[in-house]
Amino acid sequence: MAYEWDFAAVFRHSDLLLEGAANTFRLAGSALLIALPLGLAVAMLRLARIPVLSWLLAITTDIFRTAPSIVLIYWFFFAFPILAGVDFAGHTAVTLALGLQTGAYMAEVFRGGIISVDRGQWQAATALGMGSATRMRTIILPQAVRRMIPIFFTRITELYKATSLAAAISYAEIVQMANRAASETFRPMETFTIVALFFFTTIFCVSRLVRAIERRVAVPE
Amino acid sequence: MADEVLRVEGLHKHYGPLHVLRGIDLTVRRGEAVVILGASGSGKSTLLRCLNFLEMPGAGRIHLEGRLVGREARDGRIRYPNRELSALRMRVGMVFQQFNLFPHMTAERNVMIGPMKLRGLSEAEARRVAAANLEKVGILEKARSYPAQLSGGQQQRVAIARALAMEPSMMLFDEVTSALDPELVGEVLLAMRQLREDGMTMLIVTHELGFAYNVADRVVFMEHGVIHEEGTPQQVLLNPQRPRTRDFLRSHTLFRLPEQMHDDPPGPFALTTREQG
Repeated sequence: MAYEWDFAAVFRHSDLLLEGAANTFRLAGSALLIALPLGLAVAMLRLARIPVLSWLLAITTDIFRTAPSIVLIYWFFFAFPILAGVDFAGHTAVTLALGLQTGAYMAEVFRGGIISVDRGQWQAATALGMGSATRMRTIILPQAVRRMIPIFFTRITELYKATSLAAAISYAEIVQMANRAASETFRPMETFTIVALFFFTTIFCVSRLVRAIERRVAVPE
Repeated sequence: MADEVLRVEGLHKHYGPLHVLRGIDLTVRRGEAVVILGASGSGKSTLLRCLNFLEMPGAGRIHLEGRLVGREARDGRIRYPNRELSALRMRVGMVFQQFNLFPHMTAERNVMIGPMKLRGLSEAEARRVAAANLEKVGILEKARSYPAQLSGGQQQRVAIARALAMEPSMMLFDEVTSALDPELVGEVLLAMRQLREDGMTMLIVTHELGFAYNVADRVVFMEHGVIHEEGTPQQVLLNPQRPRTRDFLRSHTLFRLPEQMHDDPPGPFALTTREQG
């Protein structure tokens, strides 16, 4: 017997999914807000080769990169509040877990991009009389960031999808809300088809945007 | 002496156990063009890179325009604060073998960035400075091109303009034609000769003996980290006194064209006789 699709029931509960989508965006956005500056700062500090600090940062970066995202989410939700004696909502726990993990990834992306800029570029900027901050800002980073755009996009996509793990601590992002909608409508197939299309559409749009940005900042090579 | 731009005294440089510079004494006067010759490994590039502190020199003193660079500590060693080094580099222009133009900027931007970020010029002022200097090296029409769209010779001339835009007291040239196709060498050498005629003080590492002969005021031959022989181009290139200098020059002039070919006007990039300059 062929399955009879019925999306109407799901659309009647679209307010649940919309709220979930909004929370997913919020989560990804706030995690990214942590990850980008953190990644850049860690990359800079590691490149500065400050004896003990660089080593500590390398270890910490590796811990965050090797831990499964779901483990970090549980840890920040259950363990961290006890250890730190604070009390915070699921949103904060997930933001910290994913923000710090993506920050660790981003640190490596930034570091790799900066290192990949030719030695001659550093020397030419230095020889002009630039200090290290000016040199980084006007000569090195603009070249490094251009090269980093594709891997940047990959990392952001990973983060965006990892927000769905927040469902495991019942945070009301889109997958959690879809669960609720599915159990109210008894239409899990329709509900999760819509959720899959939601992820596909948003990521597809961002990928187009990224490609447009890439073209816009491209320089002849 | 008042017209000394650069005075180097007893300069040493070690890389680990390697003693690359073993006591260099060298003076360059204002408006003078000094060419440094020497085999690879003789320390000539290292000397140049020490002079604008891309490499940190060891023992020795460097005076720029009569002032000691760095501060002498109690133990006699010299400390070089970063701020002072940045200020010095602004007054000593450097051109590299590999051009090292900033690939994400147009030729014009490459020349503008120094004056804007370091000399505090406005965008409009920097653009005028860039135009004047690109004009000087004959490449103004490529102002809007990116480095990748230019030939090696054109890129190198933009690099010269970039250094000139800082209005340096002197310029260092580190084998600036060695990475170029032979047919592009002439345009860069011509630009450098023009600079010489405009009175720029220049210290040039090169393998172009013809250029040294025709453009230099003084030629310095380096060997094993010391100045082995030094004098006018006629003295060093035509009548070298030391055996090692003679060997070096012989290997560089092993194959030569017959004289009458030199007498033919070989086109716009002729650098055959001193009188033509």
